[in-house]
Amino acid sequence: MGESLAREVTDRADVRPSAFTMWRVLLASRLRAQTSYRASFALDLFGNLGIALLEFTELWVIFANVKALGGLSFAQTAVVFAFANIAFSLADLIVGHVDELPRYIRAGTLDAFLVRPASVLGQLITSDISPKRITRTLGAVAVFIIAIAHLDIAWTPLRIWALISVPIFGTAIFAALFVTAAGLQFWLIDGAEVTNAFTYGGSYVASYPASLYQNVLRTFFTFVMPAIFTAYLPALVIFGESGPAGLPAWLGLLTPLMAGISWGVALGLWRLGLRHYTGAGS
Amino acid sequence: MSRNLLVAWQLMRSGFRRHSAYRAAAVAGALTNTVFGAIKASITLGALASAGGHIAGYDSRSAMTYVWLTQALIAPVNLFYWNEIGERVRSGDIAIDLARPVNTQIAYLFTDLGRAAFEILPRGLPPLLIGAVTTGIHVPNDPVVWGVGLLSILLGICVSYACRFLINLTSFWLLETRGVQTLYLVASNIFCGLLIPVHWFPPSLQTLAHATPFPSILQTPVDVLSGRYTGGAVAAALLTQTLWFIGMMFAGHVLMRRGRRVLVVQGG
Repeated sequence: MGESLAREVTDRADVRPSAFTMWRVLLASRLRAQTSYRASFALDLFGNLGIALLEFTELWVIFANVKALGGLSFAQTAVVFAFANIAFSLADLIVGHVDELPRYIRAGTLDAFLVRPASVLGQLITSDISPKRITRTLGAVAVFIIAIAHLDIAWTPLRIWALISVPIFGTAIFAALFVTAAGLQFWLIDGAEVTNAFTYGGSYVASYPASLYQNVLRTFFTFVMPAIFTAYLPALVIFGESGPAGLPAWLGLLTPLMAGISWGVALGLWRLGLRHYTGAGS
Repeated sequence: MSRNLLVAWQLMRSGFRRHSAYRAAAVAGALTNTVFGAIKASITLGALASAGGHIAGYDSRSAMTYVWLTQALIAPVNLFYWNEIGERVRSGDIAIDLARPVNTQIAYLFTDLGRAAFEILPRGLPPLLIGAVTTGIHVPNDPVVWGVGLLSILLGICVSYACRFLINLTSFWLLETRGVQTLYLVASNIFCGLLIPVHWFPPSLQTLAHATPFPSILQTPVDVLSGRYTGGAVAAALLTQTLWFIGMMFAGHVLMRRGRRVLVVQGG
């Protein structure tokens, strides 16, 4: 199937394939490549489930010592944790590798992307989509189901909306953070590690009640790198709890707006970065 | 003997110089570890507040000392992905190492010590300073604590290296080691006390943690340096670290000898 499509694309050089066909061919070839080593793929799936387990262990150990954290119960905190992990792991699955841009630059792969008649960001994203990370999402979904069963929630339309916005717009926010990180790396190159502070750091921040964070940290991860919008704020809407001072629960309904703004900034930075880039002539 | 020492010294220097070439990376790493430290400090203080101020012997000052010391030591003891030897096995370059007149495992140990010696200041000091200013940390005033603390850090780096070397050697038998590496990272990060102090674990999980070499990599150096142990307990901690180091090095040595027999390198 993938092969015949590829032939279709190459044979008919006079007729440009539709963008949809092209991306479908690219994506199918990547997925086949990744799943061809079955044992490695199975181990990768297992490893990613391990990551979900590891992060939950951290939360579980804390609650072995306390009854509440930042004003939330264990079940409530577990929901926040699950939301953050669902949104982050989905974003990581789709675009998580784009912050490895310096590697693509050093290897000259980016130059190859530039001469092709397709979006560079699109090629970068489709170059390494990682289905192996789905087990981390599934682990988080399991935590969510168990935790929500312990909470007595009357599902109003507003709460259902907050719930739906997490896997869509929460994921979009984290994906935008990854693309922002990639855009910045056109300048950073050797210092690329610093963007981990707001991609992986954002996921860490988002997994815990934001009422724990003070001043600078909270403002930064709410309004500059809006990680807190991916989990804690929508969760407050669902619990019907009011947030701490300066972080009202109704903000949780604005997750789609923050996702839109984040993508605007991310794409702007990416374009600037790409324009700044000069190849080594290899 | 003196010739061996000279070789060890040169290997350490080469590790140091190689990593000192990436200064921007060191600055970026320090910044990232500091941000993570601030997040970890907030969560830890929140947990302490809701537990009434104390958890497993930690008050807010000793907990903050734990948070910032672990952040400072992440890079020197290298708790992240490291597959240099695994890559060399895969590419066949390991054949060159094996042809050298020095023991491969020992040679890379000294290179790794050189790396750690470079990273300890640029990557370790910034989080400690920021921590001292923002939340306050306990600074030992007894020179003996500094001495045994540094020795414990050195042993932590050695145990970490011995474990990472062992995991890398799975490349002799597996084509793709990423899954194994991920599982190793998961287990080591939780059991070394990077995320939460091992002392906070429920008893069963603590027993499990102490059945692994991982607490010797990070939790023990942090405990010794922050003065949690005194007298005989310090000696016992250092002895445990030494035994894990010897045990893991021996396992690596045995596995290396077996790996050599299955290694096939093409070409000439």
